[in-house]
Amino acid sequence: MSTAAATHDDHHDHHHAPTGLKRWLFSTNHKDIGTLYLWFSFAMFLAGGFMAMVIRAELLEPGMQFVDPEFFNQMTTVHGLVMVFGAVMPATVGLANWMIPLMIGAPDMALPRMNNWSFWILPFAFAILISSVIMSAFGDGNPSAPNFGWTFYAPLSTKYGPDSTDLFILSVHMMGISSIMGAINVVVTVFNMRAPGMTLMKMPLFVWTWLITAFLLIAVIPVLAGAVTMMLTDRHFGTSFFDAAGGGDPVLFQHVFWFFGHPEVYIMILPSFGIVSAIIPAFARKPLFGYASMVYATASIALLSFVVWAHHMFTVGMPLAGTLFFMYMTMLISVPTGVKVFNWVATMWRGSMSFELPMKWAIAFVILFTCGGLSGLMLAITPVDFQYHDTYFVVAHFHYVLVTGAIFSIFAAAYYWLPKWSGVMPNKLLGELHFWNSLISANLLFFPMHFVGLAGMPRRYADYALQFADYNFWISIGGFWFGLSQVLFLAVAVLCAMKKGEKAPAKPWDGAEGLEWEVPSPAPFHTFDTPPVVK
Amino acid sequence: MQSTLFHRAAVGLTSLMISGMTFASDWTERSDLDLRPGVTQVSQEIQDLHTTVLWIVTVIGLLVFGLIVYSMIRHRRAKNPNPATFHENVFLEVLWTVIPFVILIAMAVPATRVLVQLDDSAESELTVKVTGYRWKWSYEYLTYEDDNDIGVSFFSNLATPPEQYNNPVLSGGLFPYGTAKDLVGKEAPEKDHNYQLEVDNKLIIPSGQKVRFLVTSDDVIHSFWVPDFGGKKDAIPGFVNETWALVPEGKEGTYYGQCAELCGKNHAFMPIAVEVVSQDEFKTWIAEEKEKAASGPDLTPFSGLDQAMEEGKQVYASACALCHGANGEGGIGLPFAGTDFATKPEHLNEHIDVLVNGRAAMPAFKAQLTPRQIAAVVTYERNAFGNDTGDLIQPADVNDHE
Repeated sequence: MSTAAATHDDHHDHHHAPTGLKRWLFSTNHKDIGTLYLWFSFAMFLAGGFMAMVIRAELLEPGMQFVDPEFFNQMTTVHGLVMVFGAVMPATVGLANWMIPLMIGAPDMALPRMNNWSFWILPFAFAILISSVIMSAFGDGNPSAPNFGWTFYAPLSTKYGPDSTDLFILSVHMMGISSIMGAINVVVTVFNMRAPGMTLMKMPLFVWTWLITAFLLIAVIPVLAGAVTMMLTDRHFGTSFFDAAGGGDPVLFQHVFWFFGHPEVYIMILPSFGIVSAIIPAFARKPLFGYASMVYATASIALLSFVVWAHHMFTVGMPLAGTLFFMYMTMLISVPTGVKVFNWVATMWRGSMSFELPMKWAIAFVILFTCGGLSGLMLAITPVDFQYHDTYFVVAHFHYVLVTGAIFSIFAAAYYWLPKWSGVMPNKLLGELHFWNSLISANLLFFPMHFVGLAGMPRRYADYALQFADYNFWISIGGFWFGLSQVLFLAVAVLCAMKKGEKAPAKPWDGAEGLEWEVPSPAPFHTFDTPPVVK
Repeated sequence: MQSTLFHRAAVGLTSLMISGMTFASDWTERSDLDLRPGVTQVSQEIQDLHTTVLWIVTVIGLLVFGLIVYSMIRHRRAKNPNPATFHENVFLEVLWTVIPFVILIAMAVPATRVLVQLDDSAESELTVKVTGYRWKWSYEYLTYEDDNDIGVSFFSNLATPPEQYNNPVLSGGLFPYGTAKDLVGKEAPEKDHNYQLEVDNKLIIPSGQKVRFLVTSDDVIHSFWVPDFGGKKDAIPGFVNETWALVPEGKEGTYYGQCAELCGKNHAFMPIAVEVVSQDEFKTWIAEEKEKAASGPDLTPFSGLDQAMEEGKQVYASACALCHGANGEGGIGLPFAGTDFATKPEHLNEHIDVLVNGRAAMPAFKAQLTPRQIAAVVTYERNAFGNDTGDLIQPADVNDHE
């Protein structure tokens, strides 16, 4: 390569790359927007984590020591909303922005201006939501922030909702618009911008899982928008969708919400399946086992997710036939999910494994996500769910799939692709500390929740009977430990952003496959201006 | 319910393993790691089912994790530098699709049986209507054996005193606010054994008879749950849900439960306590209650301000303090201390009216409190917290109020 060409490349970059605030505000570059998404989601992760710390501080001992029960409810509500809509979803969208064009050999996302807009809606949406918490905290609890749980069941959120419910509705609408635009962008990019030779069944699994996720988003986010709009008209325009006194039906709310809500949990976990399916083969130095069955299993999970929603509502008093239908369908989900887990194990089998940081997080994901999946199977068994429902057993279950599942896989992705994003290797010592502290503390935090749930502690309780005290103490210790451990990742990310660390080659992991490793590290501002040819 | 091989194996294995352990008979003991077997046949079948499923998932989990760990050790780069290259195997893939399916069917069969049994609330001897309120329960006895006109109903409030749970350690800045602020740094009394579970009026039901609960709500969604009876049922405004329990004879005692659906600020403060008594005892009790209900409200006047204040203080603590503050300083509800509403004579009639008939978010209390209790608490609110009106309201004044 001649020096002249290299200089020309540099020049080319400088000419087109804006700098300063404008670079980020007006960016239409998929890499910059991906970076914005990732930093935003990490900021939200810390904000939501801080709220979790308030919850765990209050539950450290029986009695009300730190906050009022009213503020406690605001914390559980906003913690859930921020983590689901602010941390996990934008993080996976950030990964999609960065990686999908690189993986399919496209120069950028198909709709770059919409991409910019879908990101820049988010800070405003969350500013609106979180402003209600700040007003509540500094205004002596008045006005109250949303306090009805992240599931915002009517009539607690309609007739009995605080004034800030309207801020919440506006904010959810904005998040929804952002998600739909992000999803449309992924679909259009994947269908139109693949490099020559990149057939659908050659796409990396991360692209597949995101494509399916995008369809789920387009299908269910409008349903969520419908639910909050009905809330709005119930609250202010005299309708009675969810008010029995006016001929409406509070249970309708739950049907509508969970018709969105169940696919939503797959929206959060499917991209993780794609991440892990990229990392395990790379570090086992062996091709992914059962690529085609992975694709079909993902599609089956997505389809089944539309016919299982009422398993969140077994106790509302459904007819027996309905209950049985939803029980059987829910149990069925474990078949394709099992196929995925077995495929990952078979990929590892007789491989030549090394355990760099991404692989550590990926294996932790497979084991702990499976724990969450198995407790999910237990929850599917309706008669037993009558006992588990709305206890800490459920809290344990969904934190296993969302924290040690989705979030662990996002960390795996970050450690795997940070060399590509930043051009430097993530700090090994900090990374190891981050992994081991997170792994141990997450289990101290979430495993005893199974026991305290089986013992009978309901969720969303600001105070509890004395027989639950021992478990709660250890859960809180695990919580503080897990929360503090995440500061280590902040250090890792800041060091990478400052380019401090060992310089990364184009392909830092010897077993890694895919087009993203064919561009230099850090990935230049523009990549694949001329599409690569995939054999 | 010995329906499947899995089930027999699982229950047998578990009873072997825990033969050295005993389950605490009282829910408030701390020893439980596992789901409680409870006292009804249904709760025990649920527990058996739980045990079966727990064993199945534990075995599957250990098998998968065992393979992963084995592979991590045996197939690490140092040990196995040359990876295999296989990436599919139709036989294996079919196998691990079919086997889980078969296991699922083995679980679905007993689950369906228990579910069908649970659904059958017919032929009950006692019917109690359970209504959730923010944040208390009411129990109305509708029918018992051949008696369709019982007319006994009462409210059930948390009995744990606020001093036991309000123990704030910080004030100012973010937390805490509202009613707890005054208590910062105060020495907290020791918590009772049945902390956050004890109530003032227990739900009383007979043993050996099927009791049907009709569960509904007056405001938001609550959920009626006594773990030892097995399962919960949501209390939904505008809906009447059914559930039932049959506590066998010989299992008399008090069973506790809690609201299991987020219902607002004091969700954690509306426990359920059910006292199961023998049928004879129940019959005596219900006859007494019927007689009391039939004789109309007690309108004996208070002997003086002191007596009314004494009774009013108790009513205030259980019915008002959660919203209006332990010292009348307000919270979700309006304040009383030094306000025109609670001190000016022209507001006296309005004061009684708001209690009897409710206003906006304030519920009507005529169904929850007796005229005597309302009279006492209005007297208390107008003479406590530094209010010094000297107003004495008599039960008859409240009873005459429309």
